[in-house]
Amino acid sequence: MKRYLTRKLAIYILTFFLAVTIDWVIPRFMPGDPVQTMLSRANLRAEAVEVMRGYYLKAFGLDVPVWRQYLNFWVAVFHGDLGVSVYLFPKPVSRVIMEAVPYSLALLIPATVLSWIAGNKFGAFAARRKWLDNTLLPVGYLLNATPYMWLGILLAWAFGIALGWFPIAGAYGFDRTPSLSLGFILDFLWHWFLPFASLFLVQFGGWAIGMRNMVIYELEADYSQYLEALGTPRGLIRRYAFRNALLPQITGLALQLGVIVAGSVVTEIVFSYPGIGYLILQAIQNQDYFLIQGCFLFIIIGVLLANLVVDIVYIVVDPRTRRGMMGES
Amino acid sequence: MALKVEGLRVYYQTLRGDVRALDGASFSVGDGEIMGLAGESGCGKSTLGRSLILLKPPMKYVGGEVLLDGDPLPIWDRERMAPYRYKKVSIIPQQAMNALNPTRKIGRLIRELLEARGVSSRDLLPELKRRLDLVELSHEVLKMYPIELSGGMKQRVVMVISTLLDPSLLIADEVTSALDVSTQKRVAEMLVGFRDHKFVRSMIVITHDISILYQIADSILVMYAGKLAEKGPTEAIVRRPRHPYTQLLISSLPEIGVRHTERRLSGIPGSPPPLLEPPQGCRFRERCPVAFDRCREEPPFEELAPGHLVACWRAHG
Ligand SMILES: Nc1ncnc2c1ncn2[C@@H]1O[C@H](COP(=O)(O)OP(=O)(O)OP(=O)(O)O)[C@@H](O)[C@H]1O
Ligand code: SF4
Ligand SMILES: [Mg+2]
Repeated sequence: MKRYLTRKLAIYILTFFLAVTIDWVIPRFMPGDPVQTMLSRANLRAEAVEVMRGYYLKAFGLDVPVWRQYLNFWVAVFHGDLGVSVYLFPKPVSRVIMEAVPYSLALLIPATVLSWIAGNKFGAFAARRKWLDNTLLPVGYLLNATPYMWLGILLAWAFGIALGWFPIAGAYGFDRTPSLSLGFILDFLWHWFLPFASLFLVQFGGWAIGMRNMVIYELEADYSQYLEALGTPRGLIRRYAFRNALLPQITGLALQLGVIVAGSVVTEIVFSYPGIGYLILQAIQNQDYFLIQGCFLFIIIGVLLANLVVDIVYIVVDPRTRRGMMGES
Repeated sequence: MALKVEGLRVYYQTLRGDVRALDGASFSVGDGEIMGLAGESGCGKSTLGRSLILLKPPMKYVGGEVLLDGDPLPIWDRERMAPYRYKKVSIIPQQAMNALNPTRKIGRLIRELLEARGVSSRDLLPELKRRLDLVELSHEVLKMYPIELSGGMKQRVVMVISTLLDPSLLIADEVTSALDVSTQKRVAEMLVGFRDHKFVRSMIVITHDISILYQIADSILVMYAGKLAEKGPTEAIVRRPRHPYTQLLISSLPEIGVRHTERRLSGIPGSPPPLLEPPQGCRFRERCPVAFDRCREEPPFEELAPGHLVACWRAHG
């Protein structure tokens, strides 16, 4: 048990280290000079430009050698200090991110959790109904093969523009301020629905197909055949099959997390939904590399944490890993 | 007569047509009899065994009758067969190593299985423990997951589970094949013990290893390419086989001490005919060293001596 956990933890730490390093490197190799951008925006006289450049370089910590910048970056990461945003200067990056996070989570968590649950239930259900199986399978494959962006655009066009049922930009109306009033909540849900639906649908297709195939596989497995030969009612055999088919689906969720997050970034952009994804777009357009860095750092930590949670859940639900680990230590 | 099978035909439906894996089998197994079922891989042994308990697609019932303790078994009707399974007919499947749900502890699995069949697991617990002792398993296995048991242990757990409701007929499909030689012997003896303790009335022991049958079987039925070739008391089959195929099989067994000791089972030249469109006449004709004209017709499976049946023109000639 201990050895297993130590190994897992080591992998997480290594991944974190590499990801943070890459996160630090990439913006520095992006074309363009953010300080220059800010200076030219300000339209200053020549002497003033030099003074301001010195000030900005110092403010962003760019006045020290590269290796120091890298070390400083690590120190800052552990202090939760992600620097100052260029584009929303002088707002700290961490503040900007924290304002966007709730929107991202409000999309991501319900879409992922609900699609996983609903997809698994539906897939298992379809596996034993021929007509459903024949209709679900093509639809599921189609949904699952649809890039997030396409489905987002399609939904935005159909229900937003053509039918006009839903708004297609923002998290709430421009004339509203966030509050806990019923009016605001309804308005929020109204804006939330389309991006949620497009995230949900793509994932739902994938889980449903995966579950359907796994349940069929489990029902053909030797243990199911044995139980059937002993006259066990179908209910118990199906219960076992569903339970065992769920295990690879949990692993699948861990493997998919990165893809899902990438999908939600794209979806936020399509619907101008003010979460981390949309923020990344803004940051790139404004060459705000501290902000880009901060957003990616946040995503890295988020995905790693979510993975850890799924790993732990897996250990709890699969006796084989649990017992296997005991034997090892 | 515990089991009586008349003209049983079971085919596999495939896209290319019917595979005639069991093409007319008639035999019986007496009370307390352990009948060995032998033959090369693919000759239809498991098909015969499975069709007596769970006949489901792609298997197709084509014809024939099965009587168990005098009552007809509705093997062609999956639903009507359900009450007979486990209680009257039980099986140790060929893949017994994987026959246990990997995510359930053995004890809980047995409890859920019994409750699902409407049997009180509490009442059976003392008997279950007694039988675990008998197959030399500690009661601790009930608290373990299948992954924590060795192959041989899983095999014995399945033996105990399958016979827990004292069925009339037990089909044991290749129970010894995956085990090492010394374990094979122990498991074979345990099967005999199960019969002697009356846990099961009679038994069909499927194997391609005749030397195991020589140890434990009262009678042996030899199959070839979906047909019955020979059936008789073990002594008769081993000492005085009448069917050319049985003779070749027996002669390939060193322990039993017939001539040609170096000849292996696979050493019989040629291979069995396709079961998709089997040839007319005797199916062994292609490989038979003593085939003659008459073999173009199908030989009947008939009695030579009391309890000794053979399907061969030479033997009847
Ligand atoms: N699901 C299936 N579909 C089509 N043909 C099948 C199927 N299962 C078995 N067969 C065919 O039926 C024949 C008999 O198979 P069976 O499993 O009864 O053989 P066996 O005597 O038990 O062999 P073994 O010793 O290898 O277990 C074989 O020729 C095989 O090709
Ligand atoms: S019937 Fe003919 S071919 Fe068949 S086993 Fe006898 S002799 Fe050989
Ligand atoms: Mg077999």
